[in-house]
Amino acid sequence: MQLDSKIPSGPIEQKWDRYRFDLKLVNPANKRKFSVIVVGSGLAGAAAAATLGELGYNVECFCYQDSARRAHSIAAQGGINAAKNYQGDGDSIYRLFYDTVKGGDFRAREANVYRLAQISVDIIDQCVAQGVPFAREYGGTLDNRSFGGAQVSRTFYARGQTGQQLLLGAYQALARQIGRGQVRMFPRTEMLDLVVVDGEAKGIVVRDMVTGEIRSHAGDAVLLCTGGYGNAFYLATYAKGCNGTAIWRAHRRGALFANPCFTQIHPTCIPVAGDYQSKLTLMSESLRNDGRIWVPKQAGDKRNPNDIPESERDYYLERRYPAFGNLVPRDIASRAAKAVCDEGRGVGPTGLGVYLDFAEAIGRLGRGKIEERYGNLFQMYEKITGEDPYTVPMRIFPAVHYTMGGLWVDYDLMSTIPGLFVLGEANFSDHGANRLGASALMQGLADGYFVIPYTLGNYLAPRMGRPRTTDLPEFRAAEAEVKERIDKLLAVGGTRTVDSFHRELGSLLWENCGMGRTAAGLEHAIEAIPELRERFWKEVRVLGDADELNHSLEKAGRVADFLELAELLCRDALHREESCGGHFREEHQTPEGEAKRNDEKFTYVAAWEWKGEGNAPALHREPLTFDYVKPSQRSYK
Amino acid sequence: MNLTLHVWRQKNARTPGRFVTYAAPDVSEDMSFLEMLDVVNERLIEKGEDPIHFDHDCREGICGTCGMMINGEAHGSLEGTTVCQLHMRFFKDGDEIIIEPWRSRAFPVIKDLVVDRGALDRIIQSGGFISVNTGSAPDGNAIPVAKGAADVAMDAAACIGCGACVAQCPNGAAQLFVAAKISHLGFLPQGQPERWQRAEAMVAQMEQEAFGSCTNYGECEAACPKEISIDFIARLNHDFLRATLWRAPKARGGGGAG
Repeated sequence: MQLDSKIPSGPIEQKWDRYRFDLKLVNPANKRKFSVIVVGSGLAGAAAAATLGELGYNVECFCYQDSARRAHSIAAQGGINAAKNYQGDGDSIYRLFYDTVKGGDFRAREANVYRLAQISVDIIDQCVAQGVPFAREYGGTLDNRSFGGAQVSRTFYARGQTGQQLLLGAYQALARQIGRGQVRMFPRTEMLDLVVVDGEAKGIVVRDMVTGEIRSHAGDAVLLCTGGYGNAFYLATYAKGCNGTAIWRAHRRGALFANPCFTQIHPTCIPVAGDYQSKLTLMSESLRNDGRIWVPKQAGDKRNPNDIPESERDYYLERRYPAFGNLVPRDIASRAAKAVCDEGRGVGPTGLGVYLDFAEAIGRLGRGKIEERYGNLFQMYEKITGEDPYTVPMRIFPAVHYTMGGLWVDYDLMSTIPGLFVLGEANFSDHGANRLGASALMQGLADGYFVIPYTLGNYLAPRMGRPRTTDLPEFRAAEAEVKERIDKLLAVGGTRTVDSFHRELGSLLWENCGMGRTAAGLEHAIEAIPELRERFWKEVRVLGDADELNHSLEKAGRVADFLELAELLCRDALHREESCGGHFREEHQTPEGEAKRNDEKFTYVAAWEWKGEGNAPALHREPLTFDYVKPSQRSYK
Repeated sequence: MNLTLHVWRQKNARTPGRFVTYAAPDVSEDMSFLEMLDVVNERLIEKGEDPIHFDHDCREGICGTCGMMINGEAHGSLEGTTVCQLHMRFFKDGDEIIIEPWRSRAFPVIKDLVVDRGALDRIIQSGGFISVNTGSAPDGNAIPVAKGAADVAMDAAACIGCGACVAQCPNGAAQLFVAAKISHLGFLPQGQPERWQRAEAMVAQMEQEAFGSCTNYGECEAACPKEISIDFIARLNHDFLRATLWRAPKARGGGGAG
């Protein structure tokens, strides 16, 4: 299979403009003759559904939550990047592009990243106009902060609730289209399969989660905006319902899965407290702007942190990376935390934690200023841990947070199945091997508001007048498969709960495919996961019926898919014999313990093709070229 | 600690519900309330009993999915907290806990503690937005917004749409929810062109749903996990009154470009 990324010709600054001139248009009066399916209502899905509705397309939008407003984009705290250069501190589209390519450790497509940086400025305008209450200066202009290792202040924010406010903006735009009848919304509805007719995506099969009805919907195109697959690890900062089923089902129908091993482990999360733990809570990375990260110099030092004198503390990020200090990118901060814990210098009851200390900042700025900046985060920390971070240093530890990998898409955001588009975290396109802070919101909204409205028209225009119906054998077959799988899950009648399998899978992945990966560990996981899968299908216990609200059944289907996806994740990690971004192979590091890329062999996107159950997936390579940002070893010293 | 739970169980909207008592032994104080229910559910499944259904998603207090009455209080008695952020250290050994779904005619029960809050979405769909198509926005700094206005708008915009205000209100009124959106958009210059019609439309939709009327009990503010101020309801009343007293003149319209 030849992967054609369809990157437009010309200098990088002109590619998107040229594309927009060359594309085929759907005339305004004809848009209503098309119907588009949008799965997911987060930033990418809500923005796409709203904008396509505004343009006049008929849209059907689906989400598993009880309301479109609840998608997990809502939990993003820190902010959204844009190359506005409102601060006059040297930012530009080119610099945001450069930082993103470098931050992604040279494993992203230059043309996509440049387009993202260009569009970033329009996103801010759109969100402000919608009434997103961004932080302001006293003169009424927009405030910015520096975030996640950027050396310019380009991050726009709304207290610690930026994701919430951006999502509510998109949700309200979507609500307006629902009110106009332009979008039909289907909450509590889960996509369980993709329907491909004559090689093109023509619809989906869903389950109404309240009645259990299995139903087909036909569309002229299908947009998957279903987020990442980090919940494969069980413990993650994702919402409990986030899952990989939509993209995995599409993968099994022929969509290639790109770079699954590029997972992001976020350095500042609240450590695990006990084996009942159901999820991990992120503390915004913005805390690293003022907090200082340290561990005791001596292994096994169990003193109260406030009793440990300065001279016996190791501010290891400031020591190892003097230029960036506590603001080094996420992958580097996470690995450094793991390294000090591996040395036995971790803190807290489990020894898996490091301190994030605000004493110096409170001394310098006063408690009031810290409260204004991080009040809600401190409050959340105290609620969860019962400790007061104003007086006792926070304890943090890395946790799975984001997946850079996802379904392979071309410049149009179209997967290898024509008519199947993938937006936001669900695709692989813009972040390479590591995503910079405040860039996920940017990408979700860029894809939804400003990319898909153009590229979708280009796909649909020549397809005017094609029939659209669910009355086809392909739909009947997909429905039958979905029903059969549900019946099979309910019929196992084993003894173990779904969660117990999910936990077991999660710890297998965390141990062998987490922050540090080795060939031996990955080979072990690749053997253990199919065994676990087999046991799942023999021993799982799913109670209740198919025709009612049944959380166990919903979870069982998702975990069954994670059990397949996890194996691909490990296979990809094993094949990529280099360290880059969030993918750290312990065999490949510099003498100082930094990631060592192998550009000669691995400057490509690894796109995997499903070859059927029990068969190894096939690898396809999309070579990457860097004409503007020359690959170098990332240095934050 | 060891707890006794009295949980509302209801198979579906058509079947009457009842309280069922469960023991919750060995609860750790570091668990969240929902993690405590997870553990109870794991044991129920192992015994072959249908687990307790409750809505939840982000478990970090921001998505607004979770919510239940705990001993008669929405999200429990801890102020400014959703139930997913309520930790068991606020309970003590031997406690009996009564757990019910949101109480409101406007939120019919779907199963156990899961209710249908679609009415809140329909209120937003009726006018809780600023009409601006993608691509037609001016530069972000073209419209200055006073810091004070932006901050108050943000206070109101912090609403997570969980429905606790309605569930706690003796009248089952949705005024605080509507007021929060009216205020979020109405304090910003961008929200001015549609300000009055928004108030009228949202109130009209609210009245079509099965919510009660506001009589200023103030329970909504006390129950709100985001501590949204009841003062916003005064602003809602102001905007609604203004909208109905001074209607904007209607243009004759018609005619198009030749």
